[in-house]
Formats: sequence, C-alpha cells, structure tokens
Amino acid sequence: MEMLKKEHQLTISVSPHVKSEETTSRIMWSVSAALMPAALMGIYFFGPYAAVNLALAIIGALAGEYAFQKFLKRKITLTDGSAFLTGLLLGMNLPGSVPFYLPVIGSFVAVVICKQLFGGLGYNVFNPALIGRAFLLISFPKLMTIWKEPTAAFIHLDAKTTATPLGILKEEGVAKLMEIFGDKINLYTQLFVGHRAGSIGETSAFALLVGAAFLLYRGYISWEIPASFLGTAALMAWVFGTKGALFAGDPLAHLLSGGMLLGAFFMATDYVTCPSVKRGQILFGIGCGFLTMLIRLKGGFPEGVMFAILIMNCFAPLIDRSFRTRTFGARKETKEKEVRK
Amino acid sequence: MSLATFIGGIHPPDKKELSKDKAISPAKPLKKVVIPLSQHIGAPCKLGVTIGQNVKKGEIVGIPEGFVSAPVHSSVSGKVVAISEFPMPTGKMTTCVVIENDGSEEWTLLKDNPDYLKLTSEQLKEKVKEAGIVGMGGASFPTHVKLSPPKEKPIDVVILNGAECEPYLTADYRLMIERPGDVVEGLKILMKILSVGKGIIGIENNKPDAIKAMELAVSGEPGIKVCALEVKYPQGAEKMLIKAAVDREVPARGLPMDIGVVVQNIGTAIAVYEAARYGKPLIERVVTVTGEGINEPKNLMVKVGTLVSDLIDECGGFKSDAAKVISGGPMMGFSIYSLDVPVTKGTSGILVLPEEGVVHAEDFGPCIRCGRCIDICPMKLMPSMLSILSEKGFYEEAKEYDLFDCFECGSCTYVCPSKRPIVQFVRLAKSQVKP
Repeated sequence: MEMLKKEHQLTISVSPHVKSEETTSRIMWSVSAALMPAALMGIYFFGPYAAVNLALAIIGALAGEYAFQKFLKRKITLTDGSAFLTGLLLGMNLPGSVPFYLPVIGSFVAVVICKQLFGGLGYNVFNPALIGRAFLLISFPKLMTIWKEPTAAFIHLDAKTTATPLGILKEEGVAKLMEIFGDKINLYTQLFVGHRAGSIGETSAFALLVGAAFLLYRGYISWEIPASFLGTAALMAWVFGTKGALFAGDPLAHLLSGGMLLGAFFMATDYVTCPSVKRGQILFGIGCGFLTMLIRLKGGFPEGVMFAILIMNCFAPLIDRSFRTRTFGARKETKEKEVRK
Repeated sequence: MSLATFIGGIHPPDKKELSKDKAISPAKPLKKVVIPLSQHIGAPCKLGVTIGQNVKKGEIVGIPEGFVSAPVHSSVSGKVVAISEFPMPTGKMTTCVVIENDGSEEWTLLKDNPDYLKLTSEQLKEKVKEAGIVGMGGASFPTHVKLSPPKEKPIDVVILNGAECEPYLTADYRLMIERPGDVVEGLKILMKILSVGKGIIGIENNKPDAIKAMELAVSGEPGIKVCALEVKYPQGAEKMLIKAAVDREVPARGLPMDIGVVVQNIGTAIAVYEAARYGKPLIERVVTVTGEGINEPKNLMVKVGTLVSDLIDECGGFKSDAAKVISGGPMMGFSIYSLDVPVTKGTSGILVLPEEGVVHAEDFGPCIRCGRCIDICPMKLMPSMLSILSEKGFYEEAKEYDLFDCFECGSCTYVCPSKRPIVQFVRLAKSQVKP
C-alpha cells in the first residue's frame, strides 16, 4: 500500500481533463509565419530600406506593448505573438520608402491606443494594424503615398517614384495600365509575382496565396470571409469596373492589386475584430468587398480595403448577435420566448 | 457510407487501444466493500441494516425512499462492520455501509425466470426496480423511472447507447464484444416494458468488431437494428445520439420522452436482462481501469463498493509519474482527491493520467473570439459569450445566451486556444441564477 501514501499528492481539477494542443500564441506565430513569404518578397523588391521599416514596425509594436503593460504593472504578454503580428502586418501595409519614425508611430497607435487602451488582446473593436495605418495615412498623407518602383536592387533609395496600379487605374484608366504593362497577360503576371509599386507586403499575390493556403489548411482561417470578400469585390469590379459601361470591368486586375489579398486573407479574418459566427462572417465579407469597391470606384482614395475592413469591424458584434445559431432543440425564436414566459 | 451523427463535436485522441483488447476479468475478492446509500440521482436510500448484522450477496442494505430512488444491495456476503461517511467521486461525503467479506459469495435467494419475456410489462418493470438498476453511463438516473413515461408521452423507439464516446473507456465495448446476446435480450425486455417495436443500438464507427458482433446478434430480431455512428465526442450524449440515430431533436430543456424516445446504456441493458432472467440485483459492473499512469490497464468486473485503491493495486499500481486519478472519462469525469472513493453503479472507468497529461489550471488568456467553441458546440450555443459574461459577473445576461441548455460536455474547453475554463464559467453562472 505504499502507493496509497501518494494520495495527498493527487492533482485535482474540474473536467475536461484533456485539452487540445492549440494555443493562442501558436495561432499568432503561425499567422506571422504565413505572412513571411509575402514579407520576404517585399524585401526582395523594395530593398533593405524596406526591411528596416518592417523591423521597426515590429520592434515598435513589441516595445509599445511592453512599455504599456510594464507601466500599468500588468502581465507582460509579448510571447503570445499578437503584438509581433500587429507590427508585422502594419509594416507590410506601409510603402517601403517611408521615414523610419513612421512605422514606430504607427505601431504605437496600433498596439497602445487601438489595442491596449481598449482592454488588450481580445477586447479591441478595430484591427490594430489597420488603425495604425489609417492614423499614418491621415496624419502623413504625402509620405504615405510615395511609391517607389520595385527594383530588386540592394540600394533602393534612388529608385524612381511611380504610381501603384490602382492609382493608375483610378486616375488614368485601364488603357494607361495596359500601356505600361504591355498586355493583360504581362499585367497579371507582374501582379501575381509582385513586381509592382505598393506597400511592402501586399504586392506579391503568389506569396500571399501560399501563406493563405497554409492558414486554410491548418484551419486557422476559414473560407467564409476571404471567399465572400473577394467574390463580392470581383463581382462589383466586373459589373461597375469600367466607366460608362456595365459588365466590362477587369475583376482579376482588382483582386491582384492593392491590399485586396492581404486584407481578405490576413486582416479581415482577424479573430478579435471579425464576427465569430460562421454565417455572419459571410455577411461581413460581403460588406468588406462592397465597401472596398465602392471606395475604389467612387471614393477619393484609390484603395479601399483598409477603410472597408475598419468600417465592417464596427458591425462585427451586431452581426454576431443577429446571426446567433438556433440552440439545439429550441423552437422558432418568437414562439420559444412565449413558451418560456 | 455517410455515418449518422450531429452537427459540431470534437475529435480528442481516443486512447482506447490501452484497454480495448483486454477481456473482462473478475476483480480479485476483497476484504471489504464500502457501499454508498446514494448512488443515483434522486432521494438517498434509508439505511436497511445495522452494525454487526450478517448479509448475503444481493441482500438489500439501502431501502429506496420515494419514486425517484433505487434500492442498494450488498455485493458480498459477510458482516456489516461500520456505517460511516466516505467521499464520492464528486467530492461529496456520503453515508456508506462497510461490509466485511466472508468470502463465501453466498447469494440471497434469487428467482430464476427462463420465461422472462412472458412476464407482463409491469412485472418486468418491477424487477428492474427491485434490482436497483440505474443508468450506468454515468448519470445514474433510476432506470424504472425512465421506463415509466406518462401516458401522454407515447414512446416508439428504444435506443441503446453503445457510442462510448469518452476517450479511454472500453467497458461497453467489451460487453458488446463478449456478451452481444445478453445486450439484445436486455433491449428486448426494455422494448417489451415500453411496448415498442423498434430498437436501435448506436455504436461509434471506431468499434467495427462491436458493430459486427451486435449485427450478428440482432440478425434474427426484426425490430432491432444497429446504427453505425460517426466517431466524434460527444456522440454518446443522449440528445446527440437521438439526433444521429432517429434524426429527432429533444426540445430545449425537454426530455427524450417528449419525442418518443428512451435511451439506455449498454451496461444497463445487460443489468436489465440479468434482473429479469435471474432476479439478480445490480451489484457489480464493468469498470475500465486505464490511462498512461497505470501499469496494467484492464477491464474488470467490479463489485459495487470496491475502493479505487483496490482497483489500482489490482492493475499493477501507479507508474512513477501518475499524477491524477479520474472517476469516469477524461471529458466529463471527476478527478478524485482520495483513493478511498468506492466504485458505484455509475462508475464506468478509473483513469490514471501521468504528470505529462495533466492540464494545470494555468493562467488562462482572454477570449480572442476565434469562434472554435461556437463551431463545435453540440448544443449550438455561444460558449465564448457565456464565458465572457460569467467572467464579468453578468449571470442574468448569460441566461439570454441559453446558459441552461449547456450540458457541460466540455468540448468548448477542449478546443479553446486561450485555455479558458469555459465549462467552469458556465457552472458558476448556473449556480448564481435561477433557470
């Protein structure tokens, strides 16, 4: 009976006694890993200067989170990976050529103001990286819209400034875009590879899709938001994409340019700021796609992904409430309430 | 072939390989048994013996009080040596009758009934009641009560629950392999009591040999069929099983009888058969003693009142890293703080987890609203909202999210990446408001 002496050492807890191996930090680091191909392509095209900006955005986010939690004597949560991911996403959403203080300011706004002041991870209403970017775009409109040509050169600072494909599409129309890229096939190819002006991490559709495929395969994101987001945007681009003519737009050019893929797969799918109920996510995605194209086609900015997602973030709690699944065994809503009374 | 199932659910590693090939063997004779007077949902029994009294195997030691109650019988022949409080798996103390085993295994007078199927429904039900049979899947609801639905709730099908969806447990599996005929006879008796012509045996598809054995056993029985179920936790939850087997939804806060169904456990069916055939009371059951922390996992035929410590000894004792002992399965079982806990009619397994498998009450994180719990909740609730509201003390608001429809299967807590104790939050909220 020697074993019985062990009994005072038995561990006691409430059920369930087994748990899945999934953790919040594993999810966050996996999403960061999935962004790496696109980030590396960005560094390849926009050079070491862009890499420094990317690093500064990450360092700024980590420093901001650490300082805030230290100051308020809270538990330091840097290892959960969420601040790293926010910094990385913000950096990938910046033009490569911005001055070094911009990513730092942006990530401070993202992590401290948008996330921590609202209660930290899980409590923020808006996507922090996008709030950081929106703040920078409004505060530094000039700096945030200088786009350098991708050169794949080591020293990148003297690269020519140019317009993004979306900018050209907005200001000068499809014809000009064709003039620059030659033909449609070349246009799509360049957009697919990522050889175009744009934010550091948004240009390579191929690299983004590789990362997205990984996240879908691992179940870290589901199809609902990306599919409804991109589907709605493609439909609107096709129907209203060309001025003066219906059903003549180029959906593929719209999907592959701007921050569409980065937004649809990596930002609109942010757990905290999108609806949790799957059916609601479809409405959320449709809203994102619709607003993106509304801004792109009718608004003052060439790109609308950021504002579209931020606006839809506001609706997420309401969508969750309206799309609540019917509890197993419950009768139709109204009757159910009456019966209970 | 698409398998019958419900929407939602999880796939924890089933770990049944530890004990699934171990045939049921009788546990060693004991020096004493500790028989609790309350082993069922409902009123505890009144003490029916005095200290010093000699009892035979099968003699009543606890007299039921009220309709929702079940008698308790001695599982050995011997002498009542003490009446005292012992901890139950839930941690509560309960009055128990301690009987010293004289080793003679002498039965009290049993009534053999070879023609049990000729008895009337009422007579059969009386036998179930006298045998003290309760649901042996864990809930321990007195079986005769379940078999007495009010007239306005006609029953048309009896489902036997062979899902055994809790990881590790193999007690029902072994019974289906080793005694398929008795299971079917038990089901036929249940059908006769309820006068229904339709019986279904639901078995998860990870037990193909059990499915085969049961299919063979029911081949000559017209109204009975075997239904293969998708392997998924909690497939064996009553509501989920009914949904899968006959595609009916038990209404919220309702009972299976509301939609014409009675569900019984495999072990219960065998107990019913033995009660009808031999007049044998429920004094022993199959217990799976398993887990990575025990030396020799086994499926044992155990006398009610056997202490967990005896079972641990019989199975070669703890491994050096044993850290947690659970009565029941890992998803809904209770971790016990003392090995002096007796096996009751509802104890399906004793699970010993090593230090490595123990999930400590680590600092859990905030809800990141990933929606995993919403996707898998078999009751289609929003566990994330329930946990957030309960954490903040908004218990009334939690009711709006159908708090009381949660049956605490633990699936949400299993999948939560933030390791939030969602089920505990639900229990907390339930304790703070009225349904």
